[in-house]
Amino acid sequence: MTALAEHVARPLADLAGGGPVPAQSGPFWLARARHDAARWIEVHGFPTKKHEDWRYLPLDPVLAEAFEVGGSEPAPAAAAWAKETVERCSIGRLGSRLVFLNGRFVPHLSRITALPHGVVVSNLGPALTAEAAHARAATLRRAREPRHAFAALNIALAADGALVEVPAGVVLDEAIELVYLTDPAGRALLTSPRSLLYFGKESQATIVETHCGAAGARYCTNAVTHVLLDAGAAVEHYRLQDESDHAFHFSSLDVRQAAGSHFRSHLVALGAEIARHEVEVLLGGEGAALDLGALYLPQGTQHHDHPVLVEHAAPGCTSRQRYVGIVDDCAHGVFNGHVIVRPGAAGTDASQSNKNLLLSERAEVDTRPRLEIFTDDVACAHGAAVGRLDADALFYLRSRGVPEPRARGILVRGFAAQALECLTLAPLRARAEGLIAGRLGLENDAVPVPVLGGSPVPGARR
Amino acid sequence: MLLVENLHATAGDAEILRGVDLEVRAGEVHAVMGPNGSGKSTLAHVLAGREPYCVTEGLVTFCGRDLLAMAPEERAAAGVFLAFQHPVEIPGVQNVYFLRTACNALRRSRGLDELDTKAFLALVEDKARLVEMDRSFLHRSVNEGFSGGEKKRNEVLQMAVLEPRLAVLDETDSGLDIDALRIVAGGVNALRSAERAIVIITHHQRVLDYIVPDRVHVMAQGRIVQTGGKDLAVALEREGYAGLGDDLDPAPDSVRPVSPRPVGAAR
Repeated sequence: MTALAEHVARPLADLAGGGPVPAQSGPFWLARARHDAARWIEVHGFPTKKHEDWRYLPLDPVLAEAFEVGGSEPAPAAAAWAKETVERCSIGRLGSRLVFLNGRFVPHLSRITALPHGVVVSNLGPALTAEAAHARAATLRRAREPRHAFAALNIALAADGALVEVPAGVVLDEAIELVYLTDPAGRALLTSPRSLLYFGKESQATIVETHCGAAGARYCTNAVTHVLLDAGAAVEHYRLQDESDHAFHFSSLDVRQAAGSHFRSHLVALGAEIARHEVEVLLGGEGAALDLGALYLPQGTQHHDHPVLVEHAAPGCTSRQRYVGIVDDCAHGVFNGHVIVRPGAAGTDASQSNKNLLLSERAEVDTRPRLEIFTDDVACAHGAAVGRLDADALFYLRSRGVPEPRARGILVRGFAAQALECLTLAPLRARAEGLIAGRLGLENDAVPVPVLGGSPVPGARR
Repeated sequence: MLLVENLHATAGDAEILRGVDLEVRAGEVHAVMGPNGSGKSTLAHVLAGREPYCVTEGLVTFCGRDLLAMAPEERAAAGVFLAFQHPVEIPGVQNVYFLRTACNALRRSRGLDELDTKAFLALVEDKARLVEMDRSFLHRSVNEGFSGGEKKRNEVLQMAVLEPRLAVLDETDSGLDIDALRIVAGGVNALRSAERAIVIITHHQRVLDYIVPDRVHVMAQGRIVQTGGKDLAVALEREGYAGLGDDLDPAPDSVRPVSPRPVGAAR
């Protein structure tokens, strides 16, 4: 057995035996769910390269690590770092914000503003363990069988996470921020945030999720987020993954959409030594629309993996996948996008696109857009491209006096800018641009230059 | 200012320049004409440092320096500017940002302070008027979706902002209608000065009605075969290039195996 399996085997075995779990007491159904999840791992084990969705992922370093499970009081230095980081990466001045440090909810860094009646923005943890479990939190009970050991592990170990509920008809103007921070102070921590986001009929909201770790720290984030959209709900979800370069990041976004709902989710991924950003969406009601996008920029020896599964199970649904990779050094970027059109899902309109920019001879890209169609009357398209920097454009910039390294940086940022156009939330986009500029060694000076004394310019890109 | 001596250059296996000699002094405007495939554009690219071309023989001296030993950005810093025949589209990079980066890179290399956003905008809007370019073009991606004429005007705008000592215009007049030609030529003429030299590469005598050259050269088979005053262009327009090859030496029997020197490789 691997070190990870051995290490968590003890608490999982306790769960399997029905014994008490420290700080995880709760209602019977929860104990049962944890027990079942632990059992699932015992039976099925961790994925191997033989599993289709895991074939490119170098899992051995993760499994070899002896992680500590469960958070404890963070060191004072970590608390100070968390405070500074929250202030630095916060994009809204007014909206509600939930902050988690080392897997635990931190009330004093969080902020719950006055919200419309019925809106819930809180820590899922107490809702999970409360005897009168929150009705929505009970989704754990209804959760499908885990698709892999990391999903099961999250159920077995879940403690805190975000609970967001927006009732029918409510339109939230301010984005809700979810900030997951890790500063393990030398310990190899495994955190298992589990979040539930529920959006009622015709509601509208924006969620911004940030994952950030202390520089150089080794830890593992294993996050699961369930998103439920009732009929006609319109939700924008953004995720900024800026974990420590030595961390492991596993995240799973599990979305179910009812009729006429509209979900947009965009990821910008920079951090983690090994990151797996999984998205699974069920378009279960007629006319639901999905817009998925990601920009990932692995460098060094980073590995960024993107398994996507979109299931069209109702007629007239639309799905878009736009994944953009910029891969440097010896890094590896993977897009493994899968669309299934179920029988009866007539009028499906699905597209997948994966564009990659390779910046070094040793960088590696795998792209596998796949369509499985079980009905007629569908419009499905997929495309993938892998290219290098345009030599003509590079020469053009150099011929104007721009030194080569900077010219390359400018072209890469230009490529990224096209993907960042999807970030319609201006402060978030500015932050993403700043992070990318920093990575490319450019000062963040591509910000819009105001037109002197004029109205907005038609056709202006920024 | 510019002295080209016995310049030979290859692209792949083909020798394209076969001994070009050219001298351009400060304040002069030279036109280089010639049929398709005579090596005009190659000459322009070799001067700017384009990579695929290999200089196999010859010297290029610019203001006393060995131009061929310099990287493209160093040539730009020294004052060489190439207006591209096919300006490159760069999606995602704002035109004004591109211009400011280039302008400040050159200023830095010349030991000048960089211009801040406000000062630069004032400069570029002033220069944009020179080529009658709507300022909305400044905020679009570089050349993306520009018409042929707009791209060429953008080249002249860059030249006006960067103020080179030597401007090489590679078929800047090609594909322009008469109004665009007038605007582009007006922009170029405004930049004529006693300190600056301009080399215009063109197929057509028409542009030389607007930008009157001091010297006209005719290229054929990789070298300059005839040089004269502005009247030469008029004569060529009337008589064509047909008779040019007659008095030439036969083409060299093979590409001489001189150790190739990648044009832009030097640091």
